Amino acid sequence: MGQRVPSVSKKSTISAGNKAARLGLHLAVIAVVMAAGLGIAMTLLGFWPALTVASLAVAGAGAGYWRIRNARAAATERAHSLVHHHTAYVAMWTGLPAFVLLLLWVALQGPIIDQLSISALPSEVLDGLSSDQISLLLSEIKNLAAGVRFGEPADYMVAAAERYGAWMHIAELAKIAVIAAIGLLGLSYSRSRITVAFRARQGVERIIIGLMIACSTIAIFTTIGIIGSLIFEALRFFQHVPVTEFLFGTRWEPQVAIRSDQVASLGAFGAVPVFLGTILISGIAIFVASVLGLPAAIYLSEFASTRVRGFVKPMLEILAGVPTIVYGFFAVLVIAPAIRNVFGNMLGLDTAPGSALAAGLVMGIMIIPFVSSLSDDAIGAVPQALKDGATALGATKSETVLQVVLPAALPGIAGGMLLAVSRAIGETMIVVMAAGIFASLTINPLDSVTTVTVQIVTLLIGDSEFDSPKTLSAFGLGLFLFVFTLMLNVMALRIVQKYRESYD
Amino acid sequence: MTDRQSLDGMAAPNWNDPAIQGRLKRRHRGASLLRLGGIVAIAIALGLLALLLGSILSIGLKAFSQTVAEIDVPISTEYVDLENLEDSNWTRLAQDGVATLYPDDATGRRDQRYRNILSRGGLNAVRGAIEEQVIADPSLVGQSVRVSVQLSDPFDQFAKGVVRRDTPEDMRRITNDEIAMYDGLVAEGRISRVFNTWLFTNGDSRFPEMAGLAAGLRGSAMALMVCLIISFPIGIGTAIYLEEFAPKNWLTYMIEVNINNLAAVPSIVFGLLGLAVLLNFFGLPRSAPLVGGMVLALMTLPTIIIATRAALKAVPPSIREGAMGIGASPMQVVTHHVLPLAMPGILTGTIIGMAAALGETAPLLLIGMNMFSTDLPGSVFDQATALPTQIFMWFDSPELGFVSRTAAAIIVLLGFLLMMNATAIFIRSKLERKW
Repeated sequence: MGQRVPSVSKKSTISAGNKAARLGLHLAVIAVVMAAGLGIAMTLLGFWPALTVASLAVAGAGAGYWRIRNARAAATERAHSLVHHHTAYVAMWTGLPAFVLLLLWVALQGPIIDQLSISALPSEVLDGLSSDQISLLLSEIKNLAAGVRFGEPADYMVAAAERYGAWMHIAELAKIAVIAAIGLLGLSYSRSRITVAFRARQGVERIIIGLMIACSTIAIFTTIGIIGSLIFEALRFFQHVPVTEFLFGTRWEPQVAIRSDQVASLGAFGAVPVFLGTILISGIAIFVASVLGLPAAIYLSEFASTRVRGFVKPMLEILAGVPTIVYGFFAVLVIAPAIRNVFGNMLGLDTAPGSALAAGLVMGIMIIPFVSSLSDDAIGAVPQALKDGATALGATKSETVLQVVLPAALPGIAGGMLLAVSRAIGETMIVVMAAGIFASLTINPLDSVTTVTVQIVTLLIGDSEFDSPKTLSAFGLGLFLFVFTLMLNVMALRIVQKYRESYD
Repeated sequence: MTDRQSLDGMAAPNWNDPAIQGRLKRRHRGASLLRLGGIVAIAIALGLLALLLGSILSIGLKAFSQTVAEIDVPISTEYVDLENLEDSNWTRLAQDGVATLYPDDATGRRDQRYRNILSRGGLNAVRGAIEEQVIADPSLVGQSVRVSVQLSDPFDQFAKGVVRRDTPEDMRRITNDEIAMYDGLVAEGRISRVFNTWLFTNGDSRFPEMAGLAAGLRGSAMALMVCLIISFPIGIGTAIYLEEFAPKNWLTYMIEVNINNLAAVPSIVFGLLGLAVLLNFFGLPRSAPLVGGMVLALMTLPTIIIATRAALKAVPPSIREGAMGIGASPMQVVTHHVLPLAMPGILTGTIIGMAAALGETAPLLLIGMNMFSTDLPGSVFDQATALPTQIFMWFDSPELGFVSRTAAAIIVLLGFLLMMNATAIFIRSKLERKW
């Protein structure tokens, strides 16, 4: 930067001082981010392992830097890549494998040592124990290893605790040794490749692309995790309860399972009342949302001025941004008493405290924006030529809207409705707070009904035993919920896409 | 053909014919009906929004103030050990302070009678406050110190007018006798309403007047930090790859389909995932902000990815072509030019995603973040509660005072959401470049 660049303003002058300041700023930002990252890694992955990985990376950077500097000084031709590419190349080769290995190690060390500890126990101890009792045994071993004693533990427990402590100690040491070895291996390999002709920039960029691909596969792994865990636990549930009983049974009384000594210790797991309650509440919600959302969408897209639209649309969308727990509170404190007042006191009808109507009504308010915004989009996508044609034939505005625009927009509106249904079925907090817990086979909106999500929450809240059909049934319901909402979403997307193709 | 013939045979329509005029009017009325219907629907929807916010404000604002009683605590030398201040009998001092409220009664049980008016937890706090003040300034010994104590919840509600004096005695939790005593305190000018700082500084408590949101706020902050640390880099990485580098093949297609599906999966299913995989398989600690943050991160990821892709798309091709033209590699084009220009859009999307994560309750319930915790969590591995789950727990509590406190906590939650969304809108309007 020997030359002065003619400048428009003082700010954009590129001078040596400015460049140094910018470099300094960059370095400062990088240092802060790295220090924060190191701190976080130390908390999450352990102090020494994180420090090992960090120092390996720094050592790698230093090694790469000196190697390329010396090579450049000795060479006559120009280097292919910049110094910082070579530096980053060695640092990445040193730090990344060690870091990935550390992540895997931290994730798997606990489960593996747990397994080892259990299998090392005398076999007569384990005979006939449920997996629940085994996990209790395991936590006892861990407590003993940590020095917490309750009463006089059995000899085999003391031995197991000693084994556990020893293994943990070995694992901690081995962890650092292995990541250091891997890091040094990477360092020596990548350092040996550094020459002036080496295409370090391409190397670094390939690594970064690889990291990005790894990031994007997380979405796939999440889906696999969801499907896998739901199916796995649901299969365990269906070992206790036949699928047909779950899908077609009409009695849902999972709480009975607590009393294991009774004849009916399994409880009743016929999910029909739960499904029916879900359908009832979602149906009310969709009814409310379409009664209010559809006219709103028609008004906004066909009648409202740009100013009104610019104000009303975001206001309506606030309804979708309010946390559902707030709606639940609103349903219980404002809507439910009002409904009891109107239907119970004024009309003299029998109104249950957790009526389906209150929950459905409030859920309907929540999904108004889904219906109105998606319908608005669908109506907006109807080509102007169709409307012009209708007008040319002498149709009035209302005739155009009702007989031309709405039929043309119907697939899009239907797609929006399906998305809203899927949202209503999966909605949890409103129904947990405002609907009932007990399943009853009814379609009376003034009765208390329960939903799939309410059952999942009540079955799993504060419950860590993981073996009874009671807790496992939550995963059966969860699988149903996941599959059903997935189908609705796919269907909605299909409809919307098909519709779009026909006009573009 | 018959139509045509009949038309030919007809005379030109007389537009002034009242029958035609009437038909036309009726046909046009449809438009105004549609319009009216739309306006009514919007009015009802916005009215419900106003009712929602208004009712929560009207219930919750009461809890932002707290009724306190001023009491004079004589620091008598009898209980204070000047040589060794730490060993003084602070409990007796506080009890004596309460006793001064009712000097006429000579029986030994006199402070017991205020038990229902003053908060028990508040008296504990007074004991601590006196201890602190006297140790800081030993010259106070022999004088009296004026401290304020929260009223117990029934009397706090009474002072705020929620519990009425004309309610029959057996229908309320406070007796006429106690009300008379309370009136005496009012007459002495000891009762006042102050801003409820305890709501923000205290952990949870079984006593409504002592319960605060600090534990939930801390837990939520930790979970959101974990969520941000995980979802921000991964989301940006994914978005850049899909938008700028990915070839069109089955893997890319699978990723895109999965991201779109994840965006629509019910939040409670993510809770089941956290429970089955993170807690039971990987053995991560139950109720920990770490696990909460990881589950929230998986939920926020699609939002961040979609926002980032939109922001990257909005950067005009001329920027890329210009950079390419002077010799930048595709990666340099992205990191040096496109990404910095897309940053405001990315930040906006991230903040909106974080705001959604802050209000999320169901998955946190499933991984056990509905802990009753009076203490603040020290690290992300500790058992903790979060702001929305604490709201849910307060909602479930039977005491009258928790109704207004639940609403107050909701106001705090909505306040945070408002701030985050305002920041997002600010970034969008001020920093985002229009091309």
